[in-house]
Amino acid sequence: MQTWATAAEIASAVANGRASALEVIEAALARIEQKNPVLNAFTTVTKERALARARAIDAARVKGEALGPLAGVPFAVKNLFDVAGLQTLAGSKINRDRSAATSDSPLIARLEAAGAVLAGALNMGEFAYDFTGENVHDGPSRNPHDTNRMTGGSSGGSGGAVAGGLVPLSLGSDTNGSIRVPSSLCGLFGLKPTYGRLSRARAFPFVASLDHVGPIGRSVHDLAVAYDAMQGPDPEDPVCADRPVEPSLPGLEDGSKGLRIAVAGGYFKRGASAEAITAVDTVAKALGAREEIEVPEAARARAAAYIITATEGASLHLDRLRARAQDFDPAIRDRLIAGAMVPAALAVKAQKFRRWYREQVLRLFEKVDAILAPATPCTAPLIGQQTLVLDGVEMPLRPNLGLYTQPISLIGLPVVAVPVPLTPLPIGVQIVAAPWREDVALRIARALEKQAVALAPRPME
Amino acid sequence: MSEEQDKALSNFIKAAEVALDLPLDAAWIPAITANLQVTFRHAAAVAEFELPDETEPAPVFEA
Repeated sequence: MQTWATAAEIASAVANGRASALEVIEAALARIEQKNPVLNAFTTVTKERALARARAIDAARVKGEALGPLAGVPFAVKNLFDVAGLQTLAGSKINRDRSAATSDSPLIARLEAAGAVLAGALNMGEFAYDFTGENVHDGPSRNPHDTNRMTGGSSGGSGGAVAGGLVPLSLGSDTNGSIRVPSSLCGLFGLKPTYGRLSRARAFPFVASLDHVGPIGRSVHDLAVAYDAMQGPDPEDPVCADRPVEPSLPGLEDGSKGLRIAVAGGYFKRGASAEAITAVDTVAKALGAREEIEVPEAARARAAAYIITATEGASLHLDRLRARAQDFDPAIRDRLIAGAMVPAALAVKAQKFRRWYREQVLRLFEKVDAILAPATPCTAPLIGQQTLVLDGVEMPLRPNLGLYTQPISLIGLPVVAVPVPLTPLPIGVQIVAAPWREDVALRIARALEKQAVALAPRPME
Repeated sequence: MSEEQDKALSNFIKAAEVALDLPLDAAWIPAITANLQVTFRHAAAVAEFELPDETEPAPVFEA
């Protein structure tokens, strides 16, 4: 199979016998071996496991057994997901002392049950407290469109591996934007589902009340297939909703006609680069979305997300900060320590605001089905870049890459980040839907993909 | 920040170090201070927003 085959094309070829799962994974492993020394997307390649799994799929086909919708599709996961036999690093040095996971996280098991083949674990920002994809222990993930530039994070390897053609599908996590930011900077489709939709069991946590997990891919169809395969309740994650599987695939080709789509104004236009504005305008025009809508108190929502992240993250890591502070990335350590010092009264205020904000935003969805907003304020910055200019003011880069994603994930809304293939670098647009309406966001993303307004560009070789 | 505010924040960090039993290296203090200043600015923006007493916090959040 060619480098840029989608998951759907691979699964179809494997099911029809036009390709074997073994040759597909061997080709993927060869690409990883060739490209990973530069892209630094993989921290571990699960070669033997992948070969064994592929052989089992081929054997099942010979026996006439039904193959799943992801038969033979190589995928990889951010290294915060438990993978049997591997330490769950979560991008840290400290977790290298943990014992290896004894079983896979449920999302890996569900993707493999659908026929997918795990190829390895992916680089990420330490403990997911990151928007850059840089990692002081493992080195930075590099953006396949320009390897001097960052992938975005914290799911940096999840972006680099898919944009670089190493695998067609990856899993990431998104607390404040960590799926949507790398999707934007690497030119990929990324789905951050509704809070509680997909099980987070045996995925190393960061901020319990904000953590989400989801897929990144090069086509909307691939996102939908993977998302559908991963849905369903999981008693192992108390946050995972007790909802039946609500497949997105059946309505994926329904187009955007009849959907009420508005563009987020105010906060979501301030500070955006010309590229970010162009991307939103292009998408809005293609969808005939002329109405502008104000998301109330979005700046304060971002502030609330900041406080909740700082305090819950600090609480999670307090014992490690006491015992092993020197083993953290210093930038992350200092932010976590500051978070530990925030009085609880202020943290609870943020949680109260969150309730109010959610009610206000849900009212918007009585009038619209989806809201468009930039995914990042700019295209991929250079690795090591410390500041960016927003509205003529120089600001610290790290926190501000999540400027437009944080107010959305604060209230758990489902989002598909779609890539707009600008030159020289792509940039993403968020399609935000009402809770549990991932299908609406995916359907709009697919309509844009069909018009070639949104597509995952291939990097120059 | 005024000199007085700087001193108050420095004292706050020293007190928090004890209260949290979280030993700090002196070299980290400038970055912790800078982070804390940003965090308190965000916290103030949230705290100044008036909400009814009855507003339920959302620590266990449902979408």
